Amino acid sequence: MQDHENDEFQDIRDAVRALCAEFPDEYHRKIDEERTYPEAFVDALTRAGWMAALIPEEYGGSGLGLTEAAVIMEEINRAGGNSGACHGQMYNMNTLVRHGSEEQRRRILPRLASGELRLQSMGVTEPTTGTDTTQLKTTAVKKGDKYVVNGQKVWISRVQHSDLMILLARTTPLSEVKKKSEGLSIFLVDIKEALQSGMTMRPIPNMVNHETNELFFDNLEIPEENLIGEEGKGFKYILTGLNAERTLIAAECIGDGYWFTDRVVKYVSERNVFGRAIGQNQGVQFPIAEAYIEIEAANLMCRKASRLYDAGQPCGAEANMAKYLAAKASWEAANSCLQFHGGFGFACEYDVERKFRETRLYQVAPISTNLILSYVAEHVLDLPRSF
Amino acid sequence: MKVLVPVKRVIDYNVKVRVKSDGSGVDLANVKMSMNPFDEIAVEEAIRLKEAGKAEEVVAVSIGVKQSQETLRTALAMGADRAILIVAADDVHTDIEPLAVAKILKAVIDEEAPGLVLCGKQAIDNDMNATGQMLAALTGWSQGTFASELDIEGDSATVTREVDGGLQTIKIKMPAIVSVDLRLNEPRYASLPNIMKAKKKPLDEKTAADYGVDTAPRLEIVKTSEPETRKAGEIVGSVDELVAKLKEAGAL
Repeated sequence: MQDHENDEFQDIRDAVRALCAEFPDEYHRKIDEERTYPEAFVDALTRAGWMAALIPEEYGGSGLGLTEAAVIMEEINRAGGNSGACHGQMYNMNTLVRHGSEEQRRRILPRLASGELRLQSMGVTEPTTGTDTTQLKTTAVKKGDKYVVNGQKVWISRVQHSDLMILLARTTPLSEVKKKSEGLSIFLVDIKEALQSGMTMRPIPNMVNHETNELFFDNLEIPEENLIGEEGKGFKYILTGLNAERTLIAAECIGDGYWFTDRVVKYVSERNVFGRAIGQNQGVQFPIAEAYIEIEAANLMCRKASRLYDAGQPCGAEANMAKYLAAKASWEAANSCLQFHGGFGFACEYDVERKFRETRLYQVAPISTNLILSYVAEHVLDLPRSF
Repeated sequence: MKVLVPVKRVIDYNVKVRVKSDGSGVDLANVKMSMNPFDEIAVEEAIRLKEAGKAEEVVAVSIGVKQSQETLRTALAMGADRAILIVAADDVHTDIEPLAVAKILKAVIDEEAPGLVLCGKQAIDNDMNATGQMLAALTGWSQGTFASELDIEGDSATVTREVDGGLQTIKIKMPAIVSVDLRLNEPRYASLPNIMKAKKKPLDEKTAADYGVDTAPRLEIVKTSEPETRKAGEIVGSVDELVAKLKEAGAL
């Protein structure tokens, strides 16, 4: 398929593609089959500076915005990889950069930039409070110069392959705050240390090769210097990470979408049945064309969200809508790719089934499609609250 | 020693080439363009010479449309120190012929006084394989073409050349023009910090007129056509039948 004309990020695209080209389909297939972490791939991305894209230059990074980060993630997925292994650091970064103290930035960012440390995990979701974040039960109680954490988190990803985690916990009981979004705080948790002193982890085997876990906190002590920003304002801060996460995942879905359309176009152009290429049939062409149109449209919304984010403007609606459109488009593309590959689509060596599973996740995570619809209905269209 | 590396902006090697309907050339409108792969190898070699302490400065130069600055930024992101863009065309479809390119490069050499020119053996768009040789003639410098190995010691260079049927090793006097072949090295990919640094590296912009070189074409393209499409194959039932068919086709 014809490539897009050069855009303003062509230098980034070319360099990420060149790196990704050293990790062909076989690499990602083997990682998936063995359910391991793509250590060599993430290391290569880190060494080439991609995982430090969002760190300001004075702390050793490249000082780029979410827009460029989105391009990086898109290219990884477009090349057949799965950014899910490493996007955590990208969406967490601005939480620390924007809301952390100068002391925290100096202490942490240069070590993230060099690759010595990874900040890949965000602890928000709990078993009984998914999207209803303000109801979360995990508490952090100030005792002297420490906070003592008790509670439980679920679906916390990459904990086994990260050094640091941003944790959201309630520091003022719900009954004592005026607004339920108040009284929550975010902390930087040293994962290795925490696993020795009050935090336990239980991995959750799942449908894709995505390392995700349950976490239990039993009097975990966090030093007060690891509180990010002001106590009680954590909900506002965590949105920085959540909006970035949605926008980046939209970009990953767009990358997946291009991967699926590239592969299926190639396959149906070459696959002959009854003496002609199956791609000659409009029944085959139209679903692919439709998916491609939707991917292109999602790309525009994703760009809008990341531009607003980089300008420090509210972008909750755009980030959500971008994720909705992109996850839907990549799913349509995945579906037609699998369908038109016929039986071969189910054979692991074509990689379609792997990408199909991977992209399907994003209709559910990090926020399900229905909750985006209700967000837009309530917060954008001012319709009455449904829950 | 200063190393001069000419780089050309060409249609990306992954792009499926389409011939314009009037047969005047290849359609380059809205098509992805990249650095000529052989030139990437030349840039890589120049950077390796610098890393080995055998060169002090790597200067990339490109002659063509204004957009060639993207190609130069790629060279800078790989590790070239500075770049010179010589604008010699407005239309992306204008291909500057090797002699004009060589004349401009000669003028650049007079100004820059490099000790070595490393260039790709040919550009993948027109496959001329001429600029390096013409430049050697114009400068009177030694030439080592199709290099798959390069070793510089003092005022001479040992060049292993890929010739028909094998390898030929020659020793040439510096300064020299060396055109590089595919197996010389594997070019590095740019890291993000280097892409960022490249944006701040100097890129001088000049025109062909600044060097007093006339780039008007001397060759006329009569026709451009796509290769014939592959004809359908035939499935044979046995080895004997295969041999018979091959004989019939005159292949045996």
